[in-house]
Amino acid sequence: MNAAPAVDMKQVGAVLARFEKGERSHLVHLLQDLQSEIHYLPGEAIRAAAEYLDVPLNSAFSVATFYKAFSLVPRGETIVKVCLGTSCHIRGAPVVVEDLRIGLGVGPGETTPDMKYTVEVVNCVGACALAPVVIANTRYIADVKPGTIVKIIEEG
Amino acid sequence: MGIANRKELEARRKALHKANENVKTHVRVCSGTGCAALGAFEVYDALVKESKKAGLPVQVELEPCGKEKDPLFVSLTGCQGFCQIGPLVHILPDDILYTGVKVSAVKDIVEKTLAGGQVVEKLLYKNPEDKKRLKGRADIPFYKGQELVALEGCGSVAADSLDSYVASGGFSSLAKALKMDPDQVISEVEKSGLRGRGGGGFPTGRKWRSCVSAEGDERFVICNGDEGDPGAFMDCCIMEGDPYRVIEGMIICAHAVGSSTGFIYVRHEYPRAVERLSLAVKTCEENGLLGKKILGSDLDFDISVARGGGAFVCGESTALMRSIEGSVGEPRAKYVRSVQRGFRDKPTVLNNVETFACVPSIINEGSDWFTSRGTEKSPGTKAFCLVGKVVNTGLIEVPMGTSLRDVVFGMGGGIIDGRPFKAVQTGGPSGGCLGEDHLDLPVDFDALAKAGSMMGSGGMIVMDDRTCMVDVAKYFLKFLMEESCGKCVPCREGVYQLHAMLDKLSRGEGEPQDLEKIQRLGKEIQVSSLCGLGKSAPNPVLSTLKNFREEYEAHVNDKRCPAGVCRDITTFTIDPDKCTGCLVCKKACPPDAISGEKKQVHIIDQDKCTQCGACRLVCKFDAVVTN
Repeated sequence: MNAAPAVDMKQVGAVLARFEKGERSHLVHLLQDLQSEIHYLPGEAIRAAAEYLDVPLNSAFSVATFYKAFSLVPRGETIVKVCLGTSCHIRGAPVVVEDLRIGLGVGPGETTPDMKYTVEVVNCVGACALAPVVIANTRYIADVKPGTIVKIIEEG
Repeated sequence: MGIANRKELEARRKALHKANENVKTHVRVCSGTGCAALGAFEVYDALVKESKKAGLPVQVELEPCGKEKDPLFVSLTGCQGFCQIGPLVHILPDDILYTGVKVSAVKDIVEKTLAGGQVVEKLLYKNPEDKKRLKGRADIPFYKGQELVALEGCGSVAADSLDSYVASGGFSSLAKALKMDPDQVISEVEKSGLRGRGGGGFPTGRKWRSCVSAEGDERFVICNGDEGDPGAFMDCCIMEGDPYRVIEGMIICAHAVGSSTGFIYVRHEYPRAVERLSLAVKTCEENGLLGKKILGSDLDFDISVARGGGAFVCGESTALMRSIEGSVGEPRAKYVRSVQRGFRDKPTVLNNVETFACVPSIINEGSDWFTSRGTEKSPGTKAFCLVGKVVNTGLIEVPMGTSLRDVVFGMGGGIIDGRPFKAVQTGGPSGGCLGEDHLDLPVDFDALAKAGSMMGSGGMIVMDDRTCMVDVAKYFLKFLMEESCGKCVPCREGVYQLHAMLDKLSRGEGEPQDLEKIQRLGKEIQVSSLCGLGKSAPNPVLSTLKNFREEYEAHVNDKRCPAGVCRDITTFTIDPDKCTGCLVCKKACPPDAISGEKKQVHIIDQDKCTQCGACRLVCKFDAVVTN
């Protein structure tokens, strides 16, 4: 387990300030914004959000753990998302996961110890014609052939 | 510049239409997800730059008072459909479709075609059957038999330009609807027989009418863009490629049901759709097409774009509404329907993206026009994503009632590498797999349901003989097990158990009575789950068990996976007669289990092999065989 870096509460405060105080319906939206700023949701940030919106802490955690978009642990610099939609699945995506497991040493949901890469699997990114697809941060890698993905990602 | 009323809209449309007509050549670069991933934005930039360099009169926006003579309009459009061979560049009026366009090819296009009036042969689509190059969409089999209604503007209008949409007749339908009585609008939609394109197939007009008759001081209009079905991206394409059409459909609905607040719920995996819709909403607000007194009428309507959080269950209407309210997206029992008490317990109309995209055409052209397409009970057209092991993959729209054979073998061009067809999966995780004997089935809501599958949102995944039906069913169950919200027991525990049983089968540990158990449990989950996710969760397994029973039996009785997919009961070996010693499989093998020198027969070390199947996937000589 990697030690979590200290949370910049100023940064959290700046995000909170964009929302109306006490407006409970903003919870999902606020957490999304926090996640895109900090790249994950530290416990302190969720607590601050719950207090700010006047939402019980358990509801805030229940939302944060319900949606897949949220991560409660720090993630790597590059998020490698392997699409496991049906089309990708039958066109070889499981091999891509295998390649990453062997090449980067991490499986889905895990982060390399140097915090460089986090491997995730997602259910369909809507680019089925390019199956199998991998998205490294915002870069789409189409029609991934067996044995090639690690090199493509490392070369950036 | 705002559009205060119908007259101003008409004046603007005329000016833009004229500007559009003055354009001598349209160059449309597809920026759908597929083409964009392959570099369409770079191609667009290069096209603009090179054309300017060549002294061509380039426009990137429609200019009603443009000074240039015979301008060249270069635009970024939404998905043009044929994602397989992107990036696509479509040149009109000559109907030249360039495929697989790289930045390096742009110079050729500009010099030879745009300046010289010639066709660059090597960029044209090559028909795999006779290797002949085909010039335009009119000649290419993929586009034949298609009829575009919901996708009409997708691929033709400039995706982020209100002007381009207005020039193509956009918002004229809204203007017409606002002149009509709300009741008349609903009647027209009712008469069109439009059914919900999200999969349920509920009559849209009836939904709108029940919302109007429900009691409440406030009403909401919600557009469901949480396209969660893996293997489906129609709604994504519409939201990215023609966002104004969706907005226009929603405003018409707001007028019909008397709503002043709307939401578009988009899944977060579609960042470009979020971006383009947000821009379109903002542009509409600035131009007076959203906000107070739209087009001079009494209608006030605002739209907010809400991002999803990555939960499949949020595509279910009541869960989606909870999610917009900022809570966990758990569905509720529908004793009281959403049209009566939905979002914030007020009457709410929730329709799918494609449904809203059909509305403007229905109002403009009339319900008779719409019902002249499709079948009696399922009028109109339907967009499908044709994907999987089919030669031509992409986005299509066909009249309802078109046969699966026409889709898979006509537009789709058959199976990759000429392998045998096995099944087509429709309806996503809630649907089913239909085999060869269903190929002549006319595709509409009722025919698919009768055959044990469903329309779903429109994914069509084609499978060949190397797709294992047990594995596919297990795949969907795993998906649903992870996506189940956990609120009701049949779904939370039942799907888990179904998955465990299939997993047992795939490991070769199945017993003969398991198949009956699977069937019984599946039926119980169907009748006792709370929401659509659970009710339909057993469909993939039940439909494959019905249509491909012999494959299940092979797993149970012979402990063998005929398709060679289930790892625990499959071994891979290399046929020495077929192996050419090309090294390709050796390079592709993740655990380095293959040995052999160039031009010598390769051997798989069974101790190292993880049965991932990479070697078989890359072998061009069919030399990798399974037991």
